[in-house]
Amino acid sequence: MIPPPYEYLNPNQLSEAISLLQKHGEEAKILAGGHSLIPAMKLRFALPEYLIDISGIEGMDFLREEEGQLRIGAMSRESSLEESELISEKYPLLLDTAKMIADPQVRNMATVGGNLAHGDPANDHPAAMIALRARVVVEGPNGSREIGIDDFFTDFFTTALQNNEILTEIKIPAAPPNSGGSYQKIERKVGDYAAAAVACQLSFDAGGTIQQIGIGLTNVGPIPLRSNSAEDHLRGQIPDDSLIRESGRLAAEDCDPVDDLRGSAEYKRDLVNELTQRAIKISIERSERGS
Amino acid sequence: MNGPKTSVEVGGMGHNIKRKEDARFIRGQGKYTDDVVLPGMLHMDIVRSPYAYAKIKSINTDNAMAIPGVHAVITGEVLEGYNLHWMPTLMSDTQMVLPTDTVMYQSQEVAAVIADDRYIAADGVEAVEVEYEPMQAVVDPFKAMEADAPVLRTDKEGKTDNHIWHWETGDAEKTEEAFQAADVVVKEKVYLPRIHVASIETCGCVASFDPVEGKLTVWMTTQAPHAIRTVVALVAGHVGLSEEKIRIISPDIGGGFGGKVPVYPGYVIAIASSVVIGKPVKWVEDRSENLQADSFARDYHMDVELAASNSGKMEALRIKTVADHGYTDAAANPSKYPAGMFSICTGSYDIKNAFTEMDAYYTNKPPGGIAYRCSFRVTEAVHAIERIVDVLALKLGRDPADLRMQNFIQPEDFPYQSALGWEYDSGNYPRALKLAMEKIGYEELRREQKEKRERGELMGIGISSFTEIVGAGPSKDFDILGIKMFDSCELRIHPTGKAIARFGTKSQGQGHETTYAQILAEELGIPSSQIQIEEGDTDTAPYGLGTYASRSTPTAGAAAAKAAHKIREKARKIAAHLLEASEEDLEWEVGKFFVKGSPEQAKTIQEIAFAAYTNHPQGLEPGLEATHYYDPPNMTFPFGSYICVVDIDRKTGEIKIRRFVAIDDCGNIINPMIVEGQIHGGLTQGLAPAMYEELIYDEQGNILNGSFMDYLLPTSVETPNWETEQTITPSPHHPLGAKGVAESPTVGAPPAIANAVVDALSHLGVENIDIPITPFKVWQVFQEKGAAA
Ligand SMILES: Cc1cc2nc3c(=O)[nH]c(=O)nc-3n(C[C@H](O)[C@H](O)[C@H](O)COP(=O)(O)OP(=O)(O)OC[C@H]3O[C@@H](n4cnc5c(N)ncnc54)[C@H](O)[C@@H]3O)c2cc1C
Repeated sequence: MIPPPYEYLNPNQLSEAISLLQKHGEEAKILAGGHSLIPAMKLRFALPEYLIDISGIEGMDFLREEEGQLRIGAMSRESSLEESELISEKYPLLLDTAKMIADPQVRNMATVGGNLAHGDPANDHPAAMIALRARVVVEGPNGSREIGIDDFFTDFFTTALQNNEILTEIKIPAAPPNSGGSYQKIERKVGDYAAAAVACQLSFDAGGTIQQIGIGLTNVGPIPLRSNSAEDHLRGQIPDDSLIRESGRLAAEDCDPVDDLRGSAEYKRDLVNELTQRAIKISIERSERGS
Repeated sequence: MNGPKTSVEVGGMGHNIKRKEDARFIRGQGKYTDDVVLPGMLHMDIVRSPYAYAKIKSINTDNAMAIPGVHAVITGEVLEGYNLHWMPTLMSDTQMVLPTDTVMYQSQEVAAVIADDRYIAADGVEAVEVEYEPMQAVVDPFKAMEADAPVLRTDKEGKTDNHIWHWETGDAEKTEEAFQAADVVVKEKVYLPRIHVASIETCGCVASFDPVEGKLTVWMTTQAPHAIRTVVALVAGHVGLSEEKIRIISPDIGGGFGGKVPVYPGYVIAIASSVVIGKPVKWVEDRSENLQADSFARDYHMDVELAASNSGKMEALRIKTVADHGYTDAAANPSKYPAGMFSICTGSYDIKNAFTEMDAYYTNKPPGGIAYRCSFRVTEAVHAIERIVDVLALKLGRDPADLRMQNFIQPEDFPYQSALGWEYDSGNYPRALKLAMEKIGYEELRREQKEKRERGELMGIGISSFTEIVGAGPSKDFDILGIKMFDSCELRIHPTGKAIARFGTKSQGQGHETTYAQILAEELGIPSSQIQIEEGDTDTAPYGLGTYASRSTPTAGAAAAKAAHKIREKARKIAAHLLEASEEDLEWEVGKFFVKGSPEQAKTIQEIAFAAYTNHPQGLEPGLEATHYYDPPNMTFPFGSYICVVDIDRKTGEIKIRRFVAIDDCGNIINPMIVEGQIHGGLTQGLAPAMYEELIYDEQGNILNGSFMDYLLPTSVETPNWETEQTITPSPHHPLGAKGVAESPTVGAPPAIANAVVDALSHLGVENIDIPITPFKVWQVFQEKGAAA
């Protein structure tokens, strides 16, 4: 449980961090909250020779609504989502998600950016960001670019981030009136990764029709998934029990889980079915309460 | 008991005194093995096998030795040079310290690197190159027993199979007759999975050999320092370590639970390294090493049968068990009891006929069979009987509480001779169950359950009315490697009336520094705050077999009372001298002797102590000290009744423990707050295997959950609100009327939880679910029984 020797670098400018990444290439890793990276280093699974700590760079830890968007700095700690009034009033899905991640000690360190950049299909934020239709802002030697969340997770533990790029911010369309969200997770014990989890975010028009809906699935495939068929089934509809039931079934069809210690693939599909229905129902309740 | 006999100031038995040891623990001032730092100390890290079964073709240490700061790489070959590559287990089996040719389980120690610091040692471990030739591992004991199974212990000359031992007790013939004659027979396969002690502190030691004095000092995470000293003297005598030159110090321990009774190879390698290099060597396991390599607990496959009459009278019990011991039998049972106290399996019931037999096998898994917070296999026995009683209730259509009441050994039957040979000292089982039922509102819950069932909701109520057997043990039957299982107290009263007492046991969180002082305060009237308690240093403490199996209060606690009585005898003589009265005319009352009929003529224990050093009667030895070695006449038999209520989610299989009532009876109570704390901890360690913990291996013998990410320890979030209460049925033979307590809850809780879950699902045709009962398992039951919602 002791990593091999490495060099620790702590730039205080983003540009400096990027040039360090360019200089050290494959040998370097960004260190954010360290709660995915350091365990991997202790097990000698990850063997970076240079750790570039970005926690000293100013301006990467923020949380605000601006120009029709919710903007989350990559270095925002999970605990800051939990404590934010903005999040608890308008983004119940993000609040649910933050609360379901690990335990308070981990959440004090873990960052939202790291949770996405790690590319772990078991992490909870990816599905939430899928449901929220987020865009990820990354900065590299040639300036910054935005990546839609559906293009961000490319393979098992692999993202669209180049190894000379840093994720700086997450942009989420501001929640319109009459919207609600929920994150439903089954874990074996507190602090565990999901056996399966479902994120839902939806909004209604004035007539009670679902205008927009996002459904993201955690840990039931090699990458975090969007359930397009469940979303399509509900979009433009006035939800009722049978529509919701069918959406659960469709989400279960959309996922691709494997057998492991958390249970069989079939069990996880069944969980996705049930959790999708629960997430939708709670999202609806919350939207009506908000309206 | 009607309240404490002593004042708050004296703080004898029955007072809720805050634990003395907590002053240092809560300030981070405890001194654990890893806190020991010696000048020139080196650090050890261990190369471990990635394979469960493999030939070692070569070990190349050159690259490791080339790392600056690496002092030595110890291999089996190096140890063989000193004939230290093998060691005996506490069960008189044999175990490699380091292998010379074969590894027998994954994570087995293969070599050790000794370096200037812990980091260099870890890099050295990475640099040792070992070439293995993997072989097909035997992981399942049922495969190990097949005729064509490969013989694993080829080191044992003439061994032709993987069988370790057969053990049986009871009357097979009479039991069979009773089964033949019975109206009803129920059978169930019950498996108690392999689990692991997960104490906060892992194992480790600092071994310091002084080449000039020829003296070895070892700070070590051990629950039994004295026994360890003798074992070291016996196995390392040939390299010049003689018992008077060995000092084992067991400093503060962060939890033991049986996992710190065995001798692990790491200790021996560290000791050997220190002797060879002539410098202190520290070894401390990391969490995964502890989980993957150290002794496991349980792993019993039991076939349980119970025979009864139509009216529900239990007639006979039979249990046949296959015990998986892994690579070697490294249990820590009393020598005569290879299956520990498993024969307590008739439980709280008056069953006249019983027979149990067991066969133990070797497999390619870590060795062990230790008693994880249980008095040697009592957990297994209690699970078997408490589960099968519920199966019988189901079969007969009887309420499980009612069936238990019908078959309990009655209060007037004590001392009770069990069919498997134990003399139960005391008990009142109906009272405990009745109290539990009242407290939880049993009848009302049954009504609620009926209604819910009609609505398709799943709710279950589970009972466990267990009997424990603790306090090993009487010398006629109990020894470990020949050393009788007494325990001891050495008590010294200082001239100013304060005291120090030392014991052969060793607290790992039980609170001995507080409770032993309370016992002495009770017996002598010296305030417990003025009595210093010490344990764990073999150079200063009297010999004893250590702390495990809830034995400390039954043995060393009794020794404390007896030593105090010896002090009182001498004090009486001194008081008679001071009061110019005859000894017979004196009467003892907490803290003083007074002349019968004139209580104002009195001498306090403090005055007497002063006189013992300043004005002792001629002809009497000066000083006021006593030592007692207590050989218990019998075991003590704590018991309890637990009731658990669960609600189960019909979709996800999630189990919620709605309520859990625990009624315990451990005889007279020394410190109610400590008892309460022990019960809370024990219940949580009973919840853990019931719903979360199991060591899982694949067919190659690879551990699949070798870290806490997947070996699931419950936290406060998973833990229900324990509702506890005690009844008191004193032990008739223990000087304080006390019994052990700390293990009852760990033993009693799992079947209460399992019974509750099975009860919730019994109408679907479920008779048994093996622990740990996870939501996934419950979901599988839904699928199998066609009951998916
Ligand atoms: C006990 C435990 C339980 C956990 N349980 C959960 C859980 O239930 N759900 C869950 O979602 N997570 C869980 N986590 C993971 C935790 O949330 C992680 O901390 C998080 O996934 C990663 O964030 P971090 O800031 O710690 O990133 P780090 O560990 O610092 O980095 C992770 C990876 O992302 C890269 N990276 C980080 N930030 C950036 C950036 N801004 N730009 C480019 N690359 C970057 C790093 O180079 C590294 O490869 C758990 C962790 C622990 C230790």
